[in-house]
Amino acid sequence: MTDMPPRLSLRGISKRFPGVLANDNVSFEVKPGEIHALLGENGAGKSTLVKMIYGIMQPDAGEIWWNGERVIVPNPKAARKLGIGMVFQHFSLFEALTVLENIALGMDGKIPQRELEAKIREVMNQYGLKLDPQRIVSDLSVGERQRIEIVRALLLNPTLLIMDEPTSVLTPQEVEQLFVVLRQLAKEGCSILYISHKLHEIKALCDTATILRGGKLVDTCDPKAETSRSMAEKMIGGNLKTIQKPASREFGSEKFVVNKLGMAGLGHFGVSLKDVTFTVRAGEIFGIAGVAGNGQNALLLALSGEEIVDDAYAITLDGQPLGVLGAKQRRLKGLASVPEERNGHAAVPDFTLSDNSVLTARDRLGLAISGIIQPRAAKKYTGEIISAFAVKATGSDAMAGSLSGGNLQKYIMGREILQKPGVLVVSQPTWGVDAGAAAAIHQALVDLAAAGSAIVVISQDLDELLSLCDTLAVINEGRLSKSMKVSEADIEEIGLLMGGIHGEADTGAKNAA
Amino acid sequence: MSIEFIIAAIVTIVGLSTPILLAGLGELVTEKAGVLNLGVEGMMLIGAISGFAGTVFSGSPYIGVVVAAICGALSALLFGFFVLNLNSNQVATGLALTIFGTGLSSLLGLSYTGRIVSQFGSPFPASLSKHPIWQVFFGYSPIVYFAIFMVFVVAWFLKSTRGGLILRAVGENDLSAHSIGYSVIGVRYAAVAFGGAMAGIGGAYFSMVITPMWAERMTAGRGWIALALVVFASWRPGRLLMGAYFFGILMALELYAKAGGLSSVLPAIQAIPSQFWAAMPYAMTVVVLAIISSRESGGGNAPACLGKPFLPTN
Amino acid sequence: MRLKLEKRPEPSKWMVVFTPIASVLLTMLIGVIVFDAIGVNGQRAVVDIFLTPLLASYKWQDVATKAAPLIIIALGLSIGNRANVWNIGAEGQYVIGSLCAAGVGLAAGGGGGGLVISAMILAGIAGGTVWAAIPAVLRTRFSVNEILSSLMLTYVALQVLGYLVGGPWKDPNGRNFPATAPLTPDQSLPILFPGTTIHLGVAVAVILPFIFWAVMARSVFGFQIRVVGSAPHAARHGGFDSKQTIWLALLIGGGMAGLAGALEFTGLLKAVNLGYPSGYGFTAIIVSFLGRLHPIGCLIAGIVLAVTYVGGQVAQTTVHIPNSTAGIFQAMMLFFILASDIFVRYRVRFVPTPKASPAIVPGE
Repeated sequence: MTDMPPRLSLRGISKRFPGVLANDNVSFEVKPGEIHALLGENGAGKSTLVKMIYGIMQPDAGEIWWNGERVIVPNPKAARKLGIGMVFQHFSLFEALTVLENIALGMDGKIPQRELEAKIREVMNQYGLKLDPQRIVSDLSVGERQRIEIVRALLLNPTLLIMDEPTSVLTPQEVEQLFVVLRQLAKEGCSILYISHKLHEIKALCDTATILRGGKLVDTCDPKAETSRSMAEKMIGGNLKTIQKPASREFGSEKFVVNKLGMAGLGHFGVSLKDVTFTVRAGEIFGIAGVAGNGQNALLLALSGEEIVDDAYAITLDGQPLGVLGAKQRRLKGLASVPEERNGHAAVPDFTLSDNSVLTARDRLGLAISGIIQPRAAKKYTGEIISAFAVKATGSDAMAGSLSGGNLQKYIMGREILQKPGVLVVSQPTWGVDAGAAAAIHQALVDLAAAGSAIVVISQDLDELLSLCDTLAVINEGRLSKSMKVSEADIEEIGLLMGGIHGEADTGAKNAA
Repeated sequence: MSIEFIIAAIVTIVGLSTPILLAGLGELVTEKAGVLNLGVEGMMLIGAISGFAGTVFSGSPYIGVVVAAICGALSALLFGFFVLNLNSNQVATGLALTIFGTGLSSLLGLSYTGRIVSQFGSPFPASLSKHPIWQVFFGYSPIVYFAIFMVFVVAWFLKSTRGGLILRAVGENDLSAHSIGYSVIGVRYAAVAFGGAMAGIGGAYFSMVITPMWAERMTAGRGWIALALVVFASWRPGRLLMGAYFFGILMALELYAKAGGLSSVLPAIQAIPSQFWAAMPYAMTVVVLAIISSRESGGGNAPACLGKPFLPTN
Repeated sequence: MRLKLEKRPEPSKWMVVFTPIASVLLTMLIGVIVFDAIGVNGQRAVVDIFLTPLLASYKWQDVATKAAPLIIIALGLSIGNRANVWNIGAEGQYVIGSLCAAGVGLAAGGGGGGLVISAMILAGIAGGTVWAAIPAVLRTRFSVNEILSSLMLTYVALQVLGYLVGGPWKDPNGRNFPATAPLTPDQSLPILFPGTTIHLGVAVAVILPFIFWAVMARSVFGFQIRVVGSAPHAARHGGFDSKQTIWLALLIGGGMAGLAGALEFTGLLKAVNLGYPSGYGFTAIIVSFLGRLHPIGCLIAGIVLAVTYVGGQVAQTTVHIPNSTAGIFQAMMLFFILASDIFVRYRVRFVPTPKASPAIVPGE
């Protein structure tokens, strides 16, 4: 047993996407029977790394070694053949089919239904995974759906099981049950690669933790020997404390008040909003931090008016109720918004910039008068945006889809900011934008706030929020934490809140308040 | 109402419902795979003329039906090429297929207008098939039995076979099916071809059993009713059978109204113009769709990928 | 070898114009080949169907009067098609529009003049609109697919026509033939060129595309339709209501079909009989796509399709192929134009089939 080679060994893995180095020379080992955490923020490169292990992508450089032999994994089928199983964060299940049918579809070989059902029951009994094979998936809870994926992976007798953010959708009880299963598997010799950003889970479950940040390996450590705080610091980066925060300014009246905003989740995997409450004063920049998929999309839609809520007073601007108004009316009242997705949501790629200006600025700026579009006014306004925000485009007749991501984002931000809205809600204002453009966008937001607007910035980039915002709250599973002043906020507390550590978060919020 | 009248009515209803049952079954399978083929009417017309012509050439209605199935499937494969390989819009391409089938059948049918072909007998002995009572079970053309048989085959295939499972998976979540390693396009081609073959046989039933002769546009919109029937049945073969008989009753009403058969039962009906009865199947389709769609909140059981193009990322 | 599609950064404008022309040319080419194969002089057939109506000046009036309803209906349908609202019941809306015009004409007795004619045309528009409102209600209130409901209502409309012309509206002097009494000259639309059949409706069909063009390009309404069709999420972001879009798309489609019916009735046919429905409502769908859903495109495509109608009749007498052949050509054009969409949005390349390299699995 002593000279057993590592189950999995990564040596110098690199993967580059256009404009991003997703993985930069990453090396680590997973021993047989080890529960190994892969820890990192969104965009740290965790998903890319495991996709290469599971054969969905190929590394640009570096080697994958399996039980002491170098392997190339061309596709997931080959990975399964090696003994690698994977449970995805977003399940690839067939809603209208039964549990049994879903599992049968995922099996590479043909197994008679009765035999398969017997095997499934055996695996379920062995690990205490309760599931009725005849039930339709659409009737199941998220936790039960995950059990299908786990059973599907276990049926292939894997020796390495990759779990991608498995607990992000589970209740605490379900998390406990899952840990029991994973520990039992590890005891039987199966290695587990556990991807998460939840620190207390990693401390409770894992033997080793590899921490990624910005595609680079930061550290491989023993989580039981570390504190949550020390790991959060490694994950987020200790240098954050040195970032210059804007000096505290005097804010005006309470301009934008969101009070107990609730909304059911959109679609099957949509996160529902629960009692979201916050206040933004005139001149204040309010940041909402959080790991992706914790209700940010729903919050933006509910605030922008693309989704209407039942309670008119859940959202008020200068005391005027906006909850039951649509996007057009909210804009007229002075609420502008920028959604995360640029192409097809914030802008129409097949339209000219001039036409895209008409999309959201037509009523406030008279780009359309009594139902007639004023092309000259639209062009003039678009020209103003292009020059004020240094948008690189052939002119106001350039197709939005022909602009680079950063330039399109500058245009979109400019389109909303130059309307001088009373309230501006933006999601991911600098996602995928180069540093120069990001700085310009940040400056414009600060200037807009200085002119007396209330600004809400939803972002997964904590650096951005800490440097930009006056006040901050963290969204986790559709709930918003209490607000804290950025100047007094504690970086580790924010990391813990993002990781969903509610107990510690409460004390943290109290400290901040 | 005499027993003879009731039996004659049942025989008529079963006969009238058979083409929409066949075409509906085919479309059900096609849609279960995630493809919306609005060209049913066109495929039925192609089936009607090719089945008729095949019977004229071969002298055998059985060969005629096979020809109808093959030609229906070929026309569906044409549709399949456009929507599956070239990702053209399914709605508009289906319309094109209907227009194409209407035109092509008229052209091909020119030399067959007014001709008569040898017909199917009942597969049962005359003592049963012509029996005043037992004809209710034994007095039909073999296509009728084939259609009912196919209801069970399709139900069994979809529910209990691996092929049916894969077909449903492809219609439910094409990207997942693709990522597991199934050939989405291959499965859809097969489903589209089956739909075409069934529509072809359904069309042949018009020209070879109901009339039996060829006339331009003889399916008179039944292909569209077959499409509505699939929605009505919530994509379930058993309910499709019931729905087909329901529409069969509506269509039979028109025949009886035209023949004056209803007024002998209920004189007040005489005041209602025959066009009312002719419009009835179509109007009722709209009413039934409204009831079904509102109750099941927008399609309910519809395959999740129905009508959407398949765009894998790699 | 397999096809590889590369998405273009923006749709190719050149392809938008080129592909409809290529579709027509390809249809002609395949027509020659297919007709030769079935023993008809293919070249002659294609020339007669596609060119003779344009070359022979005495056919021009037929082309013009056939193009008019096609263009007008297609203009309305293009709006729906752009917004992904599928009204395929324009034929029924056209028939109901014609019947409403005829009803006003009957109600006016022998009376005529501009007022009666205007009332007939307005009634036609109203009739088509109301008939299209049914699928709109069903779609927005009961989520009934508008494809099936609008089509089913076409068959109902045909029965309404059959009932009216065979019953209450039957011409008492018509020797029991099921048809309405023909309009008197002062109930009919004026003729633009004396000695021809070119009526005022043709002028309407020439002018309307430019009005639609202006509306689609300049109005917020046209903007709304374009955004909904191109990027539905962006439409929501811009504050456009999707139900309102469905309503407008269907009502305009119905209104235009009704207008086309009223103009055809008052301008050309003057009486409604059982043969009145001509399939214009269906052919207009092809016109709309061949015209790339653009109003001016519809104007040109309407003329092309009208040519095939007239040419189909020419070929009937010259090479003895049935009139329905034109339908095959029309369907082929639609197939090709739909398939060619891929060239507008993608660059198509042939690449060698990739070979999957197997996993290097060490000896176990």
